[in-house]
Amino acid sequence: MKKRPTMGRKVVDAAVKAFSLLASLLGIFFLGWILLEVGRRGLGALSVDFFTQLPAPPGVAGGGLSSAIFGTLLITVVATLIGVPIGVLAGVYLAEFGKHNRMGASVRFAVNTLMGVPSILIGLFVYTILVLPLGHFSGWAGAVALAIIMLPVVARTTEDMLGLVPDSLRESGLAIGAPRWRVTLGVVFKAARSGLVTGVLLSVARVSGETAPLLFTALSSPYWPTSLSGPTSNLTVTIFNYAMSPYKDWQQAAWGASLLIMACVLALNILARVAFKEKKQ
Amino acid sequence: MSLLPHKSRGERADQSFRGLTLIAAASVLLLMVGLLVELALNARQAMGRFGLRFLASDAWNPVTQEFGALSSVYGTVVSTLIAMLLAVPLALVIALFLVELAHPTVARIVGSAIELLAAVPSIIFGMWGLFVFAPFMATHVQPFLGEHLGFLPLFQGAPMGIGILTSGIILALMILPFMTAVMRDVFKMVPSVVKEAAHGMGSTTWEVTRKVTVRYGAIGLVGALFLGLGRAVGETMAVTFVIGNSHRINPSLFSAGNSIASTLANEFTEASEPLYLSSLVYLGLVLLLMTLAIQLGAQAWLRHIKKTLGGSA
Repeated sequence: MKKRPTMGRKVVDAAVKAFSLLASLLGIFFLGWILLEVGRRGLGALSVDFFTQLPAPPGVAGGGLSSAIFGTLLITVVATLIGVPIGVLAGVYLAEFGKHNRMGASVRFAVNTLMGVPSILIGLFVYTILVLPLGHFSGWAGAVALAIIMLPVVARTTEDMLGLVPDSLRESGLAIGAPRWRVTLGVVFKAARSGLVTGVLLSVARVSGETAPLLFTALSSPYWPTSLSGPTSNLTVTIFNYAMSPYKDWQQAAWGASLLIMACVLALNILARVAFKEKKQ
Repeated sequence: MSLLPHKSRGERADQSFRGLTLIAAASVLLLMVGLLVELALNARQAMGRFGLRFLASDAWNPVTQEFGALSSVYGTVVSTLIAMLLAVPLALVIALFLVELAHPTVARIVGSAIELLAAVPSIIFGMWGLFVFAPFMATHVQPFLGEHLGFLPLFQGAPMGIGILTSGIILALMILPFMTAVMRDVFKMVPSVVKEAAHGMGSTTWEVTRKVTVRYGAIGLVGALFLGLGRAVGETMAVTFVIGNSHRINPSLFSAGNSIASTLANEFTEASEPLYLSSLVYLGLVLLLMTLAIQLGAQAWLRHIKKTLGGSA
């Protein structure tokens, strides 16, 4: 038998191991750098005024982003109210009624495709169906755009989570004479509850940091949002506008808003993980 | 009592429940079709005016009403290419580190950190890129590259910080956590029996990874690759902040450029002329077709791998 030399192979192995350690450190370094920088610069911008005052013109001391915070909250809540119910129902269809038929297969394909569509194109789409015909930008359009982004995510996780529930549970529900809808809502949903909550939280986290779909829909505005029927103030577009402005105090405020958004998104993600872990134990 | 079969209330409720879920499911289908149709309809004017020449022209002049997609497509492709070249090997070795080399506690902590980082909104990367990383590029990285690799046209020109190279690097950082997390899960799914068998034959860790783990998880890895690619191609904010918004194509990676998404983000609300607006929608349609092609390509490739390797889905 021919003996393979070991020396070269060991050297390559050690080199790859060293490289992978270095790469990991490099990756962690960069990502840590981003987080620290956002934290450091953002904390300097946060104050009571930041949360309670309306935006001030550049050069004027004080002022905050209360309107943008409230607007983002409003748009996200409306988007959730539209996107989650439709998404969950679509997921129910896929998991309970559309497992092996053509309709199910095409919807599944559409869900996967829609998930991969860049969010800015969703904004463009909503612009053409809501902003253009109505003639003005609006918070409603922004909420619809975010809802469309949530929809496939929620549908997909719902399908996955309901798919984990064993059929025996469904059969025992049906065997005691419960109609299908009660079995789905009362038994299957209960069994998959924590997974569903996790999915919804993650989708809310995802859209609350979205900027691109709001650029052509909600736009932004410096005023307190009293309704969603006009351009609506929101944090992410404000970050974009302020960061691109030449004014130091606006850029400072953009850092504060970035920190706020990042903290909220990370908190929602951690919450979703905790909700999922609790059930598993 | 009626002799005809009579639907009970329960049955009717069941039918309406099913109908309701069907409507919701159909709405996703409708959205997908609507997206294509709406963009195509709104791009009609520009399509009629420029046709397929749109893709080959680098003109972009709102005053003379001449528009072409080439510079935006070029920026999109090049920045995505840079991002993939940097992020794919890094994600692969970091995933390898997490699964094969790191202490389990370290792997768990770093793993969760990476999952969380995958959730950081892209605008955060944009902010960091514009205010922190671009100045760093201008003062350190670009002068260094210019000095040592300046004989290549790729690394010539003034170190401005912002530009195509910087956007590519930031895109790489953005897709890195996400691809690492997916690749780690793929590596984890490889049964340890298979790996132990290879180790038992005297293979080194790298040989096990290259010849067993990667082959076993090929489908998942390709999936991760395409997911990352899809994200990078359509990423808007992280790129818009740092790419420089210029419609000129320059061979140097230091120069300012444009991607389809950044052109849309920068110009859409300012476009007042119908033809200008229509050209931007046309540009969006090109991006949509690019992402659809990536997804279909991914599926075709996955089918091919399944056939040749016979792995499990």
